Amino acid sequence: MAIDAATVRKVALLARLSESEERLEPLARELNGIMTWIDMLDEVDVEGVEPMASAVDLKLPMREDVVTEGGDPAKVLANAPSSKDNFFVVPKVVE
Amino acid sequence: MTNDLDVVAADPKKFIQGRTGPWEIVMGLEIHAQVASNSKLFSGAAVGFGAGPNEQVSLVDAAMPGMLPVINRYCVEQAVKTGLGLKAQINPWSRFDRKNYFYPDLPQGYQISQFKDPIVGEGVVLVERDDGSTFTVRIERLHLEQDAGKSIHDLDPHATYVDLNRAGTALMEIVSKPDIRSSEEAAAYVKKVRTIVRYLGTCDGDLEKGNLRADVNVSVRRPGEGLGTRCEIKNVNSYRYIMQAIEYEARRQIEVLEDGGTIKQETRLFDPGKLETRSMRSKEEAQDYRYFPDPDLLPLELDPAWIKAIEASLPELPDDKKARLQSQYGLSAYDSGVLVIEQERSDFYEKAAKGRDAKLVANWTTNELLARLAKSGQDIENSPIPPEDIAGLVELIETGVISSKIAKEVFDRMWAGEGTPQQVVDKHGLVQVTDTGAIESVIDALIAANPDKAEAVKEKPQALGWFVGQVMKETGGKANPAAVNEILRTKLGVL
Amino acid sequence: MGELTSLTLKAALDGLKAKTFSSVEITQAHVDAVAKSKALNAYILETPERALQMAAAADARIARGEAGLLEGAPLGIKDLFCTESFRTTAASKILGDFKPTYESTVTANLWRDGAVMLGKLNLDEFAMGSANETSAFGPVTNPWRAAGSNQSLTPGGSSGGSAAAVAADLCLGATATDTGGSIRQPAAFTGTVGIKPTYGRCSRWGIVAFASSLDQAGPIAKTVEDAAILLRSMSGHDVKDSTSLPVDVPDFASFVGKSVKGLRIGVPKEYRVDGMPAEIEALWAQGIAWLKEAGCEIVDVSLPHTKYALPTYYIVAPAEASSNLARYDGMRYGLRAEGKTLADVYQNTRGAGFGDEVKRRILIGAYVLSAGYYDAYYLKAQKVRRRIADDFKAAFEKCDALLTPATPSAAFPIGQKDVDPVTMYLNDVFTVTANLAGVPAMSIPAGLDKDGLPLGLQLIGRTLDEGTLFSLGGALEKAADFRAKPKAWWAS
Repeated sequence: MAIDAATVRKVALLARLSESEERLEPLARELNGIMTWIDMLDEVDVEGVEPMASAVDLKLPMREDVVTEGGDPAKVLANAPSSKDNFFVVPKVVE
Repeated sequence: MTNDLDVVAADPKKFIQGRTGPWEIVMGLEIHAQVASNSKLFSGAAVGFGAGPNEQVSLVDAAMPGMLPVINRYCVEQAVKTGLGLKAQINPWSRFDRKNYFYPDLPQGYQISQFKDPIVGEGVVLVERDDGSTFTVRIERLHLEQDAGKSIHDLDPHATYVDLNRAGTALMEIVSKPDIRSSEEAAAYVKKVRTIVRYLGTCDGDLEKGNLRADVNVSVRRPGEGLGTRCEIKNVNSYRYIMQAIEYEARRQIEVLEDGGTIKQETRLFDPGKLETRSMRSKEEAQDYRYFPDPDLLPLELDPAWIKAIEASLPELPDDKKARLQSQYGLSAYDSGVLVIEQERSDFYEKAAKGRDAKLVANWTTNELLARLAKSGQDIENSPIPPEDIAGLVELIETGVISSKIAKEVFDRMWAGEGTPQQVVDKHGLVQVTDTGAIESVIDALIAANPDKAEAVKEKPQALGWFVGQVMKETGGKANPAAVNEILRTKLGVL
Repeated sequence: MGELTSLTLKAALDGLKAKTFSSVEITQAHVDAVAKSKALNAYILETPERALQMAAAADARIARGEAGLLEGAPLGIKDLFCTESFRTTAASKILGDFKPTYESTVTANLWRDGAVMLGKLNLDEFAMGSANETSAFGPVTNPWRAAGSNQSLTPGGSSGGSAAAVAADLCLGATATDTGGSIRQPAAFTGTVGIKPTYGRCSRWGIVAFASSLDQAGPIAKTVEDAAILLRSMSGHDVKDSTSLPVDVPDFASFVGKSVKGLRIGVPKEYRVDGMPAEIEALWAQGIAWLKEAGCEIVDVSLPHTKYALPTYYIVAPAEASSNLARYDGMRYGLRAEGKTLADVYQNTRGAGFGDEVKRRILIGAYVLSAGYYDAYYLKAQKVRRRIADDFKAAFEKCDALLTPATPSAAFPIGQKDVDPVTMYLNDVFTVTANLAGVPAMSIPAGLDKDGLPLGLQLIGRTLDEGTLFSLGGALEKAADFRAKPKAWWAS
């Protein structure tokens, strides 16, 4: 596999990162370097190995259905770049 | 996929005629049912309707840095319950994944959902059509996921306002297999799922508030051919919209195909004002959700004993209740079907039917009461006539105090709030005449006045009906029809 | 008063309890030292008023005989921990002037026990880095310099500010976090003690997330005992973190000084990597000898998948990070860049807000999770991760703890390794395995290299067996008798 500029552009869009056109090639080279190094994992035999998603071997703990939070819009909006009437104000979304 | 589709027999009656021949619509639905819980799926903020903006938002819902999800046991229980109600397999091991995409009302930048390992697997729903016939829709899966917040576009011409009250609310996404072939079937399926979740109490089924929403995957194909490319229609929050959206969308797809075009797989929004669907711009770019197991959560492992206990606590479900109403009360499939659509209806019915003629009670409940309620836009819970009064009305008919005809008048007066059936009857003197002497004198006078007709009856017994009608007319409908018949037969010598 | 800052945490707590000095006095001494330490760039937010206010409250509690475990002790907080009403940045521009309305569980535990906050410590942006060079606030400079040199060295990363502050006596101890070695590597580079406890020991609630399945908080301290005291306060089950372990917190300090006689120490052959400096090799041999002298039994063990740990980490961590950092979108808090369309605002905000290393990792993460690559990368990495964890399980059948070098080198000059990302990533070759397996690991200063720079040894223990690490760490500390301190060249 090889990461090209088009792949970087696509992935950058997925991640909502603006990368200038000039940066795409160098980034592709850099990511290729990293991915090539990562490809050493191909040497490992993982046949029948259970994937490990967490170092914690427990069941998911559950909480009771009680209201313990909320009721404080000011707290939620305290750091908002823009807000009005307790709404977050964001750039116009065109549907 | 073809095998999957062959489960449903093609029915030419449902085909849509295009310019170049018939087409079949193939549909699968994704129903999002909001869990009727107090708090959210992964946070302790309240779930509710009508609160001020961002009043029901926790730091977790707003995705503040370092905030972590903790699952609500009640929501898990409701998913299991719903799964059992859909006669589905409950997966004792399931897991939450992150579905990654950007949207202003999706604070985390991902939705916690279940992608590979849902809590509920395959099930089946038996659905009644309007004519009482039934069909089966197979359930692919049910999973738990977070709802998004709300974007409000019309408060400001230059900005969108975001309210996160709904963000993080627990949804059960119920995914059907592509077993639906007409817009009526789609609406009937949603109705049935709504009935089931309302019986179970796992979702209030309120379409208007968006607590039950359906996305419809529509495709068309030539009968007998493979599956076409589908479009997902969002924003259909009433049965009427579901049907209108499907009909528009199917026509649109057929037109495109008949013009030699191809269908682009996309998400489309239904516009109820224009009665059309249109491509959603925000979803246009190729989505790649990059699902992976949420590392903030651990696998959801359910204790089999807990599942058993939930199963044992299930209420009687609509299909079972329908079967029971038929066998216990001798009702028709249609009547029992109408009664079980809402639990409140069958509860009402069973209360009224206690000790009375069950079929008669069913007639009065479905034909008269439900029709009136529908006309006035009321629910049976708020019926101006309580079940005891329907029972009372039927009792008056059974005991011959009033005739069915008078009963209608009594019912009208009950509906108008004039009181119990007995009160109405007393007040208006609607008691049926069972005094044979009084009836006999009316009949004698009639025979005397119409000797030719009396003669004709002897030849043609069907003509007796004319005399019955005249007697009822003379007595203002109060004569007991059975008594009238008997006396007439004796006097006119009809056996 | 200058001497108060050179006390260990333990000595300071004893002095406070004995009322030899007050919390206000020792806090003021630290506040002054911090104010003069700008050249190190260890603190990115100083909170002297808050510190003195907390110190006064601590003194009052001491006077009432209500002293907590850390009563009156001034500490530094890595700026990855959310602190209520105090700017929390993760050393990223994207958080802007973000002031949390909540307090992380770990810091809340510290304040519950009477600790005093001196300020927020510098780090690599979102804890992504091994040299503290990716901080939006500029790099931290290591208090240590090579003998006869004025060249600025890195304190390591990502907890570079924490390590530098502890080494330079700018706090009695500091909180830190470790996703791939971010506590242990900087500790080794600065002659301090750092422990990454078992995954799930410390709550992650309120810590800005990097890679959720690997992130773990722990202390950086002057001594093994200090680390034990701090970890006890920081730890504990938290119902707000679903991955928090529901276990009791032992009195870790009680393990320090305990005999290690009869403990079996595993020496994993795979940690003898190509190109490892002779000095590191020698230090490791010395560590083995010290533990043998202390009565430990040395056993050879094998962790065959060690070399795959870093590539595994560089799939798992970026994947989780790419998703964890999606919330920094300029909508609800932090930086918002302007743009014509919503898409522009997203891209401009994230483009301007994140530094290059963070962007690089987000791109790798989004790539390895994208359609068609998930199985080849992410799933594969999770399977290799299992192999790595199984290696540890097998090794711990034969031994009670492992001894390895902490880093493949001593501190290096700032800017030296940022040319090639992979070279930088190799810094974590000895430390990253413990994160993948979730086991506890500790770095202990054990000697100086030929340039007079500190070198560390690493102890890796069984899940939840931090106690054994504190006993062994104590034994190594005693044997090494590491007393070297950097010259205070920075004090202006």
